Amino acid sequence: MVENRPLLSILAHIVLLLGVAIVALPVWITFVGASHEAERMLQTPIPMLPGDQFFVNLRQTLWGSGLEGTNTAPVWMMLMNSMVMALMIAIGKIAISLLSAFAIVYFKFPFRMGFFWMIFITLMLPVEVRILPTFEVIADLGMLNSYWGLTVPLIASATATFMFRQVFLTIPDEMLESARIDGAGPMRFFWDIVIPLSRTNIAALFVILFIYGWNQYLWPLLITTDTDMMTIVVSIKQMLEAAEQSPQWNIIMMTALLAMIPPIFVVIAMQKLFVQGLTETDK
Amino acid sequence: MLKRVHFPASLLPYLLVAPQVIITLIFFIWPASQAVYQSFLIEDAFGFSTEFVWFENFEYLLQDDHYRDSFGRTIFFSAAVAFLSMSFALILAGFADRVIRGSTTYRTLLIWPYAVAPVLAGALFLFMFNPTIGIFPYLLEMVGYDWNHYLNGSQAMFLVIIAAAWKQVAYNFLFYLAAMQSIPRSIIEAAAIDGAGPIRRFATIIFPLISPTTFFLLVINAVYAFFETFGIIHAVTQGGPANSTTTLVYKVYNDGFIGLDLGGSAAQSVILMFLVIVMTVIQFRFIEKRVQY
Repeated sequence: MVENRPLLSILAHIVLLLGVAIVALPVWITFVGASHEAERMLQTPIPMLPGDQFFVNLRQTLWGSGLEGTNTAPVWMMLMNSMVMALMIAIGKIAISLLSAFAIVYFKFPFRMGFFWMIFITLMLPVEVRILPTFEVIADLGMLNSYWGLTVPLIASATATFMFRQVFLTIPDEMLESARIDGAGPMRFFWDIVIPLSRTNIAALFVILFIYGWNQYLWPLLITTDTDMMTIVVSIKQMLEAAEQSPQWNIIMMTALLAMIPPIFVVIAMQKLFVQGLTETDK
Repeated sequence: MLKRVHFPASLLPYLLVAPQVIITLIFFIWPASQAVYQSFLIEDAFGFSTEFVWFENFEYLLQDDHYRDSFGRTIFFSAAVAFLSMSFALILAGFADRVIRGSTTYRTLLIWPYAVAPVLAGALFLFMFNPTIGIFPYLLEMVGYDWNHYLNGSQAMFLVIIAAAWKQVAYNFLFYLAAMQSIPRSIIEAAAIDGAGPIRRFATIIFPLISPTTFFLLVINAVYAFFETFGIIHAVTQGGPANSTTTLVYKVYNDGFIGLDLGGSAAQSVILMFLVIVMTVIQFRFIEKRVQY
């Protein structure tokens, strides 16, 4: 603050609190919806304050058969599928990007720039623009309804490779010189010097990629026809469709809540890494 | 690009790039080239015969009123989402920049919607605006306004815009706040000494200095609204009523997977690819001019 204007400071806090309230309102209403009985959610006006059925609904959603009239898998199973998918995407992207960035920065070999441009092109081909042919490839490879089919096509990432390339370029050349004098080979150098030096970058990227993986929608929607493989984010849509016949908004809202808690928790618990990851990768 | 000191060529670097290159070839380059190839074909409804037709699919698309409408609609949708979420984020960041204590707390309280999946954002807004039980239709009815986004196309559009903008406020806020905090305090103080009030300082110093961020966010928001809002539209309106919320990406999905018009869907994919390439070039061309954090 430059000058002392108490009124302006108070106004700033009021506007910010109002902003926080507007941003939080949809989630508050969801939370309230998840804490009442199904019957209560059919009477207007719907309640604005939480009821006492939260844990009853939680138990029914997590362990029960979920929503009547839908053929979704139990919610705990879908949470597990989402977790496996998010972890596989995040770890897979980081692993292959680390390796290729290391090769491109530390080796001189024929077609080096060719590979670099090939990786660069993936930036221009988001899954949304190549859905049908990619789906055909997965179907031909027999990877429908498998974790591999869910994750591998999303794993190649130009942004992660670029970020690691940037990080590796800041590692002083003396590191490599002294490592070579001490007799370290390329992979030894990679494990003992490069990886430890980029540890925070890896963590920051992991946070972003975990959220990215957890929130995937279009791809799992196409790849999983088997209810056992369904992810929690995809199941919401099925529940909304079923809600038109038998509205059980308390269960739907509880499922929505369960679907957003893990990534929100990651953002808030690892806020510093999250901000770093977001500004470094620029998406 | 390459280290001055580096390892000699051997088999090893090829093994290191192999996983990424193989995945890129199988799941990116091959499908994309297939999309380009299929966009030149017309297949009959049962898949018995295909005919190579050069640019007929594209000609048909560009003359198709549905496609042109959906093009215009997508641009309107993106502009509305970008404007709404960026101006909201700018106001909040402007005030958060003023607050001495607590700006990190406000940041924590404002950035978490980034982690909410678009389809969930859609579900939340659908619940709030449900014509029978939603809280907002109830309130609107009290002032005599009839809300039913299942029947009214502009209301459906409004609903997907605010759901998409809500999710994106977090991202914009984070970048605006970082940009404002990187402006040297001495500039602001000098202006204050010369008698410029807070509004004047914002309009003549802060806003021009963060314009690179604004430009960057404009591109990011456009990409987001074009490609990442599929979940919101799929959950809230399914492109309806009467195609009033069918964006380009939704149309590719709908024509390809529901309508099974392979050639037409592939031609749309190719047009989208072209748009992504343009946006990526714009982003990279201007990225160096961005402010440093």
